[in-house]
Amino acid sequence: MTATSVIPAPFDESRSRAGFLSRALSSDLPRSRALSFILIAIVLTLALTPLLFSGSQPLSTAAKICVFIVLVASYDLLLGYSGIVSFAHTMFFGIGGYGIAIGLEKLGPDWSSVAIGLIAALALSAVLAIAIGLLSLRVRAIFFSMITLAVASAMAVLASQMSGITGGEDGLSFQLPYALRPAFRVFSEPVFGVMINGRIVAYYLVFFVTVGVFLLLLRIVNSPFGRVLQAIRENEFRAEALGYRVVAYRTAASVISALAATIAGGLLALWLRYNGPDTTLSFAIMIDILLMVVIGGMGTMYGAIIGAALFVLAQSYLQVLMDAGSKALAGIPLLPNLVHPDRWLLWLGALFVISVYAFPGGIVGRLRQGKQS
Amino acid sequence: MTDIAVETSAPAELPRTKTDWVPLALVPALALLALPFIGSPSAWVTLTVAGLAMGMMIFLMASGLTLVFGLMDIINFGHGVFISLGAYATLIVLGPLAGWGEADSIGLNLALLGLCIVTAMAVTGVVGAVFERVIVRPVYGSHLKQILVTMGGLIVAEQAIHAIWGASPIPIRLPETLRGAFVIGDIVMERYRVVAVGVGLVVFIGMQLLLNRTRIGLLIRAGVENPEMVEALGYRIRRLFVSVFVAGSALAGLGGVMWAFYRQTLTAGMGMEVMVLVFIVIIVGGLGSVGGCFVGSILVALVANYVGFLAPKLALISNILVMALVLTWRPQGLFPVARR
Repeated sequence: MTATSVIPAPFDESRSRAGFLSRALSSDLPRSRALSFILIAIVLTLALTPLLFSGSQPLSTAAKICVFIVLVASYDLLLGYSGIVSFAHTMFFGIGGYGIAIGLEKLGPDWSSVAIGLIAALALSAVLAIAIGLLSLRVRAIFFSMITLAVASAMAVLASQMSGITGGEDGLSFQLPYALRPAFRVFSEPVFGVMINGRIVAYYLVFFVTVGVFLLLLRIVNSPFGRVLQAIRENEFRAEALGYRVVAYRTAASVISALAATIAGGLLALWLRYNGPDTTLSFAIMIDILLMVVIGGMGTMYGAIIGAALFVLAQSYLQVLMDAGSKALAGIPLLPNLVHPDRWLLWLGALFVISVYAFPGGIVGRLRQGKQS
Repeated sequence: MTDIAVETSAPAELPRTKTDWVPLALVPALALLALPFIGSPSAWVTLTVAGLAMGMMIFLMASGLTLVFGLMDIINFGHGVFISLGAYATLIVLGPLAGWGEADSIGLNLALLGLCIVTAMAVTGVVGAVFERVIVRPVYGSHLKQILVTMGGLIVAEQAIHAIWGASPIPIRLPETLRGAFVIGDIVMERYRVVAVGVGLVVFIGMQLLLNRTRIGLLIRAGVENPEMVEALGYRIRRLFVSVFVAGSALAGLGGVMWAFYRQTLTAGMGMEVMVLVFIVIIVGGLGSVGGCFVGSILVALVANYVGFLAPKLALISNILVMALVLTWRPQGLFPVARR
C-alpha cells in the first residue's frame, strides 16, 4: 500500500495540514478525487447539520447516519477485512442499546449510569463474541455465519421475553442526563441564530464519538493486525503456514467489531431516549447493514460512510419518489406494486446483488477504479 | 474415532464402513431419559409425538439445503424463501378448490393436500432452477459471495412475494378432517402432526432409497466425495448439480406447504424465521449429511418440546444448547461428511 506516496493528498493546502490529515486517517486516504469530494461533503454536512437545517427531522436523519456509520464500519472490519459473515451484529448493537437503556432507567439519569451501562454492555459483548468465535471459527468460517444467526435470533427472542428487565416488545423509554435534554441551554443567547440546546449537545456527542470510533477502526485495519486479517481473508492456509493463528485473529476481529457495534447501539439509545427490539435487535436491521456495507464498498471503511448516508437518505426519501412512480403507473397490473413505496427494499436488494457481481468494491471501489483508468 | 473398523475377511469385496450407531441411539436415549422427569407417560407420549412431527417438518425444510451443500459446496442463505414460496404456492390450489378442503371426506382432503404439495414443488422447483442460474452459478467456490448473493436473492424474492400476494399475513385453513386431534385415553395427538410424521417418513425413506439404491444416487454420493473424479469418468456433473439444486428447492417447497398448514398463516418472512432452526439442524447433523439432518431434526425438536414442558424459560435457548453440546462432542456434527 504505497498509494499515499504516489497520489498527492486531495487537499490543496499546506504540507503540515496534509501530514496531520494523513496521520488522522492512518495513511489510508480516499485515493480518488471524486470520493474525497463526496466524503468531505458528507462529513461537513453532518458536522454542520444543526446550523444548516432547522427542525428535528434533518437532525434525526443525521444522527441516524452517524450511528450507522459506526455500525457499518465495524461490520466492514469483519466482512470486508476478515472475510467472515456474521449475522449477530445487531445482537451487539442491541446489547449496547439495552446497556444504556437499562442503566439510565434503573440507576437514574446521570453520567455514571451511562458509564456503568456502557461498560457492562461492552463486557457482555466481548464475552459473547469470544464464546461464539471460539465455538464456531475453530471448525469452518461458514459455521460462524449460521451460528451467529442462531444465537442472534435466540437473543432477540430472549430480549422480548424478559420483559422485567428489557421492557419486552415495548422496549424502554428513559430520561437522559440533564446536559442532553432539550431544556438544557449551553448559552443563554442563540449562536448564529441557533439556540444550542441539549438536543444539539446530544447530536455532537453522537457525531464526535462517531468520528473517534471511525478513525480508530481505520487505524486498526491499517495496523499490522489489520494486514494479517487481510492475509487470512485472501489465503487462510498460507497465513496459517506463516505462523499466524487464524482462529485467534478472527476471534479478535469479531470482538473488536462487536465492541464498536455496542458503542453504536449505545449512541442510538442515547439519541432516541428509547431502546426496543425493533430499533436495534431486529433482523431487518441486519439486512440493512449488509446492504450498506456491500453497496458502499466492502473492505474500504470509507464505504461505510457512503453506504450509511445513501441508505438512510434512501430510506427517508426514496419512498416519496416511488410513491409518485406508483401513482403514475396506476392501472397497469403488477407494475404499481413493484414501485409501491413499501417495496423500496426490492430495488436496493437488486442493487445489492448486482454490486456483489459487478462491483465487489461497491461505490468506493468504483470511484477508485475510475481514478486509475 | 472407533467407527472406521474395516472388514478384511473377504478381500474381493469393498471394505464396509460400520454404521455409526452412537448418534442414532441418542434420540431414543434422550426420549427415555426425559420420561422420569416428565412423570406422566401420557404427557410423555403426547410430547414425543408432537416433537417427532415438528422434527419431520424441520427435516423436510432442511434436507434440501444439506443435500445442496453436500454435493455442490453451496450454502444457500436464500433457502428460506423457497419455504415461503412453497407456502404461498398453496394459494394457487386453495383458491379454486376451497370446497375440497371444507368437504368432510378424508380422500378429498388428502387429495387437496397432495395437490398443494405437487403445485408447491413444481413452483419452487422452477424458481430454484432460475435462482441457480441467475444468482448462484456465478459464485461457485466462494462461500463469502454465496452468503451475500443468496441473502440478496432472499431480499428480492421476499419483496417479490409481497408485490405479488400483498404484504399482509394471509390466513389459510387446514382441510376439514385434518383438524382436531386423536384422543386415546389421556394421550392427545393432533391429526395434522400424524400426517406430518407420515409425509416426513415417506420423504426420508424415499431419499435414502434414491441415494443408496439407484444409479443417480450413486452419482450424487460420488459427487459429494469427489466431483472432479465423477466428471473425469464422463458424467456431466453440472447437470447433476442443477437437478440436485432443483430437487433441494422443491423439497423446501414441500416443507413450506407442511409448515404453512401447521402455522395456518402465511407471511413472506416465515421461511427466514424457520431458517434459524434449519441451520441449527444441519450443523448438528453434519453439513451435507441427509441422515444426520434427519437425526438432528428429531433431536432438536424433541429437546425443544421436553424442555418447553419442564422449564419453559429455558426453551428459547435449548436449541443453542443442543448445538453447543453436539459441537463440543463432535465439532463437525453428528455425521461428519468425509471430504469437508
